[in-house]
Amino acid sequence: MIRVVLPPHLRTLSRTTGELQLEVAGPVTQRSVLDALEAQYPMLRGTIRDHVTLQRRPFLRFFACAEDWSHESPDTPYPAPIANGEEPLLIVGAIAGG
Amino acid sequence: MSKVRVLVGTRKGAFILSADGTRKNWEVSGPHFAGWEMYHLKGSAVDPNRIYASQSSGWFGQIIQRSDDGGKTWFQPGTPPGEPTTTPDGMPKGESNKFVYDTSAETGKPLTTHQWYDGTQHPWEFKRVWHLEPSPRDPDTVYAGVEDAALFKSTDGGRSWHELSGLRGHGTGPQWQPGAGGMCLHTIAIDEKNPERIYIAISAAGAFRTENGGKTWKPINQGLQSQFIPDPNAEVGHCVHHVALHPARPDVLFMQKHWDVMRSDNAGDRWHEVSGNLPTDFGFVIDVHAHEPETIYVVPIKSDGEHFPLDGKLRVYRSRSGGNEWQELSKGLPEKDCYVNVLRDAMAVDKLDSCGVYFGTTGGQVYCSPDGGDSWAPIVRDLPAVLSVEVQTLP
Repeated sequence: MIRVVLPPHLRTLSRTTGELQLEVAGPVTQRSVLDALEAQYPMLRGTIRDHVTLQRRPFLRFFACAEDWSHESPDTPYPAPIANGEEPLLIVGAIAGG
Repeated sequence: MSKVRVLVGTRKGAFILSADGTRKNWEVSGPHFAGWEMYHLKGSAVDPNRIYASQSSGWFGQIIQRSDDGGKTWFQPGTPPGEPTTTPDGMPKGESNKFVYDTSAETGKPLTTHQWYDGTQHPWEFKRVWHLEPSPRDPDTVYAGVEDAALFKSTDGGRSWHELSGLRGHGTGPQWQPGAGGMCLHTIAIDEKNPERIYIAISAAGAFRTENGGKTWKPINQGLQSQFIPDPNAEVGHCVHHVALHPARPDVLFMQKHWDVMRSDNAGDRWHEVSGNLPTDFGFVIDVHAHEPETIYVVPIKSDGEHFPLDGKLRVYRSRSGGNEWQELSKGLPEKDCYVNVLRDAMAVDKLDSCGVYFGTTGGQVYCSPDGGDSWAPIVRDLPAVLSVEVQTLP
């Protein structure tokens, strides 16, 4: 199981609270995590990455082990502490909102 | 006694204001979708409990919400064809949020470009839904006006959407340009007698009409003059702010343009100015009385550079002659220090015997006049900035 922290609005939309736990098949990458997330919470499709191009939405970023992984290839494996559930993957809004 | 339900979209959520026919005591429900921009909510005329809502965010994109119980509960209607409407644990799916421009060889056009602020060409990029217009005949059919400007249609209750690409493929797209709020398709007016005829308006491209349900479109901007474009009388490029019509007279259109209040008596084929004695003819909203097709309302705004009322006095102006002769309506409205705006989709009328008129401000007030504009009172004073106001008249 890996752990994911969503921004508050996406928690509301997915009707979840706190961290999510996801079962990810194969290597734990941005793509495989989002595939698993959207499969379990389909209402999140389009909110983190584009429906069609699967590009990350510009105001969202991904942090793993206190490092910004937003600009890594979606197929780059995340560090072991993310893959084994020791630390959560953080999906955060890139700028503060009014 | 009849009731009214006012659907209010704001920068930070949606609110539903309900009252009986006296329109004196109001119940306020909300915020629904707290923290999200709610550009528009609108109920079906044939099934008033069916309400569609556009929820969006610069961070998370576009969400379509639907209620089948008059706004008590909401869900996302989307799911791919043939799949169950919910996941095994009962959650709805996300197909309803998918607005993809039609690029198919059969019905679509290759992705075209439009004019950017600096005059260069810019590709179409979907940003949000500005306006949702349910069909007057079928609660499952609904149109969505989007930014960048295009018209989408759903015939399955908002579960899936397809672009009516004949509009964007009209050929004038490279001359369309964004207004200050973006290049939005903000007005959708359907002829209730002939739903194949639809009027739309885009800022800043102008008004268009289809006679065949959206397959082909004709620009209807003759008579409009806009000094901010190279050719003031151009076929397209005009910053139309809103268009309204009375359902009984679908050939008569009223328009609040960037500057100028306009009227057409031939379904938009030709417009003439009816600003008359208005103190300023800049503004965003325009609407028509429910029972008097020649009675129209506007809220004059000082100028394109100063989006607030003249002299700090919030005023509605009413014409009982379809324009040109305007009467200032002030009873119950702020007399001083009022510097709010009234955005293009933030005025509506109810259908009670004594027609109610409603509008919302960027200062968070929603005003109601239960007597056709003679007097006004705020229903609420302190909502987030109001983006849209619609009203349902219920039995």
